[in-house]
Amino acid sequence: MLATQLLAEFKIQRDEDRCIRCKVCARQCGFEVHAYDEETDRMVSDQSKCAGCQRCAVLCPTGALTVALNPQSYAPNYNWTRERISDLKRQAETGGVLLTGCGNDKPMRIYWDHLVLDASQVTNPSIDPLREPMELRTFLGRRPKKLEVVDEQPVDGHPQVRIDLPLIFSALSYGAISSQAQESLARAATAVGTLFNSGEGGLPKALRGYGDHVIVQCASGRFGVDPDYLRRSAMIEIKIGQGAKPGIGGHLPGEKVSRSISAARRIPVGTDALSPAPHHDIYSIEDLRTLIYALKEATNYEKPVSVKIAAVNNAAAIASGIVRAGADVIAIDGLRGGTGAAPKVIRDNVGVPIEMALASVDSRLRSEGLRNECSIIAAGGFRCSADVIKAVALGADAVYLGTAALVAMGCTLCQKCYTGICNWGICTTDPYLSKRINPDIASKRLIAFLSAWALEIKEMLGGMGINAIESLRGNREHLRGVGLSDWELEVLGVKGAGQ
Amino acid sequence: MLDLELRNNPYRDDKVMGSCSVFGMMEMRGRCVKGEPVIEAMSSMKERSNGLGGGFAVYGLYPRHSSDYAFHVMYESVQGKELTEAELERNFDVVHDEEMPTNPHNGVPDPPILWRYFVSPPPEDGTRFQELVAREVTHINTTVRDAYVFSSARNMGVFKGVGFPEDIARFFMLDEYRGYIWLAHGRFPTNTQAWWGGAHPFSLLDWAVVHNGEISSYGTNRRFVEDYGYRCNFFTDTEVVAYAIDLLVRRHGLSIEMASKVLAPPLWDRIDRMPEPKRALYSSLRSNYAGLLLNGPFSVIIGREGEMIGLTDRMKLRPLAAATGSNMLYLSSEEAPIRLVAEDLERVWSPLGGIPVIGRLGEGISYDDEEA
Amino acid sequence: MVSSMVLRDVAVTHDHPDAEMDALEVSFQELNQKIRLAAERGTRRIVLRRVYGQRYIGTRLNGLPPVRVEIFGTPGNDLGAFMDGHVILVHGNAQDGVGNTMHGGEIIVEGRAGDVLGMSMISGSILVRDDAGYRAALHMKQYGRTVPSIVIGGTAQDFLGEYMAGGRLVLLGLGMRKHRMSFIGTGIHGGVIYMRGPFSNDQLGEAAEITPLRSADLAYLSAQIGKFGEAFGLPEEISPEQFSKIVPRGKRPYSSLYA
Repeated sequence: MLATQLLAEFKIQRDEDRCIRCKVCARQCGFEVHAYDEETDRMVSDQSKCAGCQRCAVLCPTGALTVALNPQSYAPNYNWTRERISDLKRQAETGGVLLTGCGNDKPMRIYWDHLVLDASQVTNPSIDPLREPMELRTFLGRRPKKLEVVDEQPVDGHPQVRIDLPLIFSALSYGAISSQAQESLARAATAVGTLFNSGEGGLPKALRGYGDHVIVQCASGRFGVDPDYLRRSAMIEIKIGQGAKPGIGGHLPGEKVSRSISAARRIPVGTDALSPAPHHDIYSIEDLRTLIYALKEATNYEKPVSVKIAAVNNAAAIASGIVRAGADVIAIDGLRGGTGAAPKVIRDNVGVPIEMALASVDSRLRSEGLRNECSIIAAGGFRCSADVIKAVALGADAVYLGTAALVAMGCTLCQKCYTGICNWGICTTDPYLSKRINPDIASKRLIAFLSAWALEIKEMLGGMGINAIESLRGNREHLRGVGLSDWELEVLGVKGAGQ
Repeated sequence: MLDLELRNNPYRDDKVMGSCSVFGMMEMRGRCVKGEPVIEAMSSMKERSNGLGGGFAVYGLYPRHSSDYAFHVMYESVQGKELTEAELERNFDVVHDEEMPTNPHNGVPDPPILWRYFVSPPPEDGTRFQELVAREVTHINTTVRDAYVFSSARNMGVFKGVGFPEDIARFFMLDEYRGYIWLAHGRFPTNTQAWWGGAHPFSLLDWAVVHNGEISSYGTNRRFVEDYGYRCNFFTDTEVVAYAIDLLVRRHGLSIEMASKVLAPPLWDRIDRMPEPKRALYSSLRSNYAGLLLNGPFSVIIGREGEMIGLTDRMKLRPLAAATGSNMLYLSSEEAPIRLVAEDLERVWSPLGGIPVIGRLGEGISYDDEEA
Repeated sequence: MVSSMVLRDVAVTHDHPDAEMDALEVSFQELNQKIRLAAERGTRRIVLRRVYGQRYIGTRLNGLPPVRVEIFGTPGNDLGAFMDGHVILVHGNAQDGVGNTMHGGEIIVEGRAGDVLGMSMISGSILVRDDAGYRAALHMKQYGRTVPSIVIGGTAQDFLGEYMAGGRLVLLGLGMRKHRMSFIGTGIHGGVIYMRGPFSNDQLGEAAEITPLRSADLAYLSAQIGKFGEAFGLPEEISPEQFSKIVPRGKRPYSSLYA
């Protein structure tokens, strides 16, 4: 009786001449792929369990391991790809909804790769960012229609949060990631002058000291949402949806609900932490308003309230409703957004690209005269500083980075986060595995990549003749489209290159 | 209105979203009363709307024209008025017309030209005349530029526009009218270019509908009613609910109770456990009118001549409070406004999901939650 | 829109440990700010009269020492939402969202409550004399020794205790009418629902099951019945043995659905 009909995804090749039987690979692999066979004095590998995370290959001191895609294949079939066949067989074997991690990996058009940026020449000067000032500071929050000045003092209308660069760590909940990984994000955000987002898992005690730099989430499960959590934050975010799984709730499998997760989320150990699909007190736009003001009342109107939605068909109309409901910030998460666990069919089929959603929300809010009242944070698979700057040009005030931060810390996007096994120590609550992230080191890596991106952003801004990021916000004239159809250019509000 | 679709849906959204507050009040003996309690109730529910739409429907308000059909029309140009009046003269016996009286110190910006016409129906067959009215109103509303008929029923009138309900009430001087049914609505739409005609109630013949919620089955419902000749120009849930109830009750002869079982049917599990012949009836209603199941949260208050109906979706995702006392029936998005405006309430309750509350003149109140 | 930064000097009737306020035609922002100011000045008992629909009463007291608020009228939605430990007494009915994500304190309603009563509640207690609406105790939680409790005198509607992850929900079923709600405890994975009064098994949600009462349950129920009686009086004899105990079927009712 066959255990499974599935082919192994990855093939492991070990160069026996190089292998010194140090057993590092066996110790490092949480999927238990490698083992040492005493009798033959050789390492053996069960490649059917391999996730292709490359941990063993990277850590092997002699470079003896090569982990590559398994070249074994079915007959070529454009419709029934290997992935489709494998998924179906897996369902036939388990009867379950297939889960996956990370963001949509399918070959859908990436609009960032079809947008190019401008540079100043002749008619106005470009700026050298290394020697001349270049400002990236941004403020998030609601602005009044008119600034009241009384006796030469501004009358404070609404609370705003300052970030020193337009990059914020996205919602990565404790439970979806390890406490060490979360601490690394907290430290890096603090050092660089930006924020991190607690995600829907509450905020562990150890991180409560980072209050000034945290966006706390009030998600549908309301995990860990207590008055202290709300008070010690820079901003509160109502999570309505996320790009990886629009319309459904969060899902932290019971395996990952350890004692400390249980403490942070206030639920029994080992139970599934299921966040309901909707907030059960938000069934209509006026209900969202009710929750926004409940949170403002609960924090004495001292914190801006953000509302995070997934990018979906009517994002523009929804966004308009959200601003009217009283939100100070809107966060939009596109279809490439990552997750620790989501049904694969939802991750790959539901939602729209952030580029289109961002452009249409920005345009819609402007036509309604609402754009200046709120800030927009864009999210969903930003891979490099150019993606970020293009987002700013399309209308974003800042960008959420999730996957990018994880990759900086060590993630290789093997998409097995939902198993609770992460050989890099990031998407796991297993104490043995999570020790592999040393916050001292990981936070430095995060600071390093943020600094690198900040420098690149300054270079590109300088190239456009701009020395303050707010001058690029919504400034679509600095973009051109390449290889896009008319309707795409129209939605993006961008001309074609040469036009 | 020539470009009606674009007027109400300038961004060409799939649907014009907007959710809100609703209130209804009925004097069960048919005595006409002032609307002040309704206006006060709406004002107290201000949090639920955002000033971009408010409106009222009043039944019994024209005692001197009680058997005439009253057409309330808004015009954005004199030309529209002339064209419309030519249409009306051609098809109807207009016994009187005048500008709708409005308060000059009203604080409501840019109102359109507002006119009302009293049309005398022929003494014979009422059904055919109703069909004629429905047809003509649709014709004007889709082909005559700058004109929109926003109510067209016997001894009934809708008053609506862009503003908070209490501002609209003041503008139309509603304190000068008395009616035996009052419906009211406050809107929270998601587009600013709010158009006067886009406010609610939505009305078709003597139906007036106010609605709170967002129907996810809209696309399906719209296609179903369009098959029967309706045109969903407004892209709002309210409009499709009005057409659905008109189809089921006026044209297909179902009772309100049965129509509720189409719009908000029990789950199949429950239907399967019902005794015959009830099971067969519910099953048939649901399967034949599957395209009219209203999915998603909704609370509606529907008015028609002699009746006021309140209904929520079968999962009870929207609030609705009902109350009776001193010969009045109240329906409201929240209980507090009822308490504010009415003393001596006999009974206050929250109707169960999918179970209608029906007030019928001369017959009393029907609320049958036996099979909930 | 009231700005929190410019605190106006709002008058209260007495500047005493007790304060009385007339809420008629006062917006919720102004009313809640008045309440907070009074509490900041040391007032420990506040009586609100002619309340009609103002929301979030009690929410803005967060961070202050315990206050007792008595409401005459009908408070609006989200009464005591996110509250962290005060006492609210309503002489009348309450609306939707009572005790939403409450984190401590006590809410007593001399009447009925609306939908989503005690949603995501994590600590504290709610007593409702009459019935509650849909989705009561949805996703109620508990942690360690902090166990929130809700006692409802009559019955409630569909989705009672949906997703419950902790806490104790008690329905006294006064009048012993048959409970008609469906999907009781759907998705429950923690906590307990005690129900007195007839209902059938097919009204239970998939994740829920009935289990026998133990002595600890009887003791707990006695205590809750006593509390209810003190607050509202008991129109009939209630004994702990009359209750059914509903608990999660297992810790991970949905584990086999995902691969």
